[in-house]
Amino acid sequence: MANTENSIDIGVVGLLRWGWRQLTSMRTALILLMLLGVAAIPGSLFPQRSQEPQKVDQYFAHDPSLAHWMDRLRLFNVYASPWFSAIYLLLFISLIGCVLPRTFTHLRAIGKKPPLTPKNLDRMEGHRIIASADTAASFELARKWLKKNRYRLRIQDGSISAEKGYLRETGNLMFHLSLILILVGVALGSLFGMKGETILNVGDRFINTPTSYDTITYGKFQGQGTLIPFALTATDFAAKYDPITGQPTDYTLTTSVENPIGSTPKKIIIKVNKPLTYGSTKIYLQANGYSPIVTIRDKTGAVVFNGPTIFLPQDSDLTSVGAIKEPDMTPQIGFIGTFLPTAQMNMKRGGFSSYPEVLNPELLLSAWKGNLGLDSGTPQSVYQLNTAAMKEIGIKALLLGDTYNFGEGSITFTGWKSWVNLQIVEDPGKMYALFGAIFAILGLLISLFTRQRRIWVRVGSEIEIAGLAKNGIPGLDKELEDLTRALSGSKEEQK
Amino acid sequence: MNSIQLATFSNHAIYACLAIFAVAFVAHTIEVAWSVRNVSGQTKTEFEFTRTDRAGRIGTAMMILGFLVLLIAVTARGMSAHRVPWGNMYEFSITGALTLTGAYLFALAKYKLRWLGLPVSLATLLTLGTAITVLYRPSEQLVPALKSPWLALHVSAAIISGGVFLVANLVAATYLWMDAIEKKGPRPTWAAKIPSLESLDQLSYRLIAFVFPLWTFAIIAGAIWAESAWGKYWGWDPKETWAFITWVAYAAYLHARVTVGWRGKRAAWLCIFAGSTFLFNYIYINIWGTGLHTYSGL
Repeated sequence: MANTENSIDIGVVGLLRWGWRQLTSMRTALILLMLLGVAAIPGSLFPQRSQEPQKVDQYFAHDPSLAHWMDRLRLFNVYASPWFSAIYLLLFISLIGCVLPRTFTHLRAIGKKPPLTPKNLDRMEGHRIIASADTAASFELARKWLKKNRYRLRIQDGSISAEKGYLRETGNLMFHLSLILILVGVALGSLFGMKGETILNVGDRFINTPTSYDTITYGKFQGQGTLIPFALTATDFAAKYDPITGQPTDYTLTTSVENPIGSTPKKIIIKVNKPLTYGSTKIYLQANGYSPIVTIRDKTGAVVFNGPTIFLPQDSDLTSVGAIKEPDMTPQIGFIGTFLPTAQMNMKRGGFSSYPEVLNPELLLSAWKGNLGLDSGTPQSVYQLNTAAMKEIGIKALLLGDTYNFGEGSITFTGWKSWVNLQIVEDPGKMYALFGAIFAILGLLISLFTRQRRIWVRVGSEIEIAGLAKNGIPGLDKELEDLTRALSGSKEEQK
Repeated sequence: MNSIQLATFSNHAIYACLAIFAVAFVAHTIEVAWSVRNVSGQTKTEFEFTRTDRAGRIGTAMMILGFLVLLIAVTARGMSAHRVPWGNMYEFSITGALTLTGAYLFALAKYKLRWLGLPVSLATLLTLGTAITVLYRPSEQLVPALKSPWLALHVSAAIISGGVFLVANLVAATYLWMDAIEKKGPRPTWAAKIPSLESLDQLSYRLIAFVFPLWTFAIIAGAIWAESAWGKYWGWDPKETWAFITWVAYAAYLHARVTVGWRGKRAAWLCIFAGSTFLFNYIYINIWGTGLHTYSGL
């Protein structure tokens, strides 16, 4: 007697401890979840380096000391910051700590019978007593009804213990395990991935080696030299615009690709929503613009430069600016240029482009002579002229075919080319994240739409019915009502 | 009809909708207001109820009519641009209004929810009114990045989720209001038809449990689309970030309810909080935000 009392005592304490642990870990997980949401907010309010580096620079230019402090708090790099990472890593540890033991428990419960019918059914939900003349027949009817409604049954000592909705926990666990899979996918992508960008004039050939890129970043564990050996030539680029609004309606890049280099070239079309895919590497068409073509001659008339220079678009009508540098002349010559595909003038804006297509091209130039500063060792942008050691010697607006004689030589505006910005991304974790996402939705649907409940039927001198709905999901009453009706229906039939 | 005629027709239909929903709103107001006057005169109760009932029924009829005309307007708008009508904020708004009334009518067929007609008709009126006056854009083709079958999936899932989130918010707000009234004493007559606190509580939970997987799908469909259009499936674009925050808030709501057992007031406040993150995303980020989701001016 003392023994049983003792074991009940431990049971109660154990139960309390279990309950307490469960509650606290869930609370912690909930708090971490909410914290994650709150921590994501600053990233949407302040500019992020990964998205808008120019705006971050503006912060530094405007108030350097404040920007410096914000940078120390990683407010410009929220999603890679230690505090953001800490929250989601803690959340996932808490998630794993919660979900793994539950998965094992759940797996062990496969094929197990429902728990025994409790002694006091009147303490359970929807308890009712049905009078029955033939209890054995009613018992059989109840068994058949429960079986038909896909309950798992345990028949023991004149009672049925029936349970349904085992899949609910399966779905629940599947959802949470899938979230872990998504995180694994994200981690794989950032550790073993690669991302690079290059600007290519139409007609140019791009060979996929690290030096061909304008910018390239590798994941922590991604070695160089793992790039797919392909070469791509941009053979044609066509942009279509809405004639009224000037909004782009279509971009089509036609390429000729050799993969591997040296194989027969294949004609492949790349569009904004249709990247070129090689395994986990994808090649995207990201942006486009114009490269004006100029010929520069020195005083003797010898050609020192002839070719396109990439200009960067400034607005949706592709008013583009850039710099043309000529270090081989003495003194060195540089031009700050503005290319207007469809040139227009007004008093307020000066020269600007009124339509993104080339209909009335014009090249506005200011010519500078002196030292370009290319040998100073500090890297400089190819799109900007460093005029610190230079003197402006003139300005000129050139129509197609025009020549401008700037004293030290001449420059002729001979044509233009389109350029495209290609983004090349390798993300080996992508598929894991996708599968994680698909399984997460499936799991979610299963767990939210499966109703888990138990029904007990005990037969003595009369029939006793009761039930229990897990998580207070509604619908148990109706089910008990149906069962009652099935049983009382039988009684009437017997009469 | 050609594109321009279709677009004009769609605009006229929107104006017609404004009128119809205005009538629905007035009818629902009368339904409520008439009952208010009833509180003192206990003897005439029965007679008065049938009269409010008629006003309520007119309201429902107008809601159905408004829904149908709005459906035609949205369809015509889509046909005029040869695409799904979700290319800019004006189009999101009219489609959003359509799903909101649709969700209300669907719920009305299943539950006794006519009291919800008042806030729903008001919300629809405000949405359509803002849309046609402030957000209006001429019907035009899509920019290349939007040309994808994912537009239909991603945006429709997001709009439907949004409509249901708003209805759940209205229900939760009604819960808090009724709760405050019941604290002071029994409900006045006009509030008698509103379901019990318990059913309001259940209803907002059910709406969210129903729509949470859809919202998850909207985010994932967006990620899949972003992967093919922008080169990365998740870039912490402001809109993405807030969609994630909304997702986290509703996930917390579901956990608080199912696992920790939150009910009633606390659950209602959490529900309203989660819904307001969605609204913030829709209004603030669309209008004042930056990032890749802001294509079309608005």
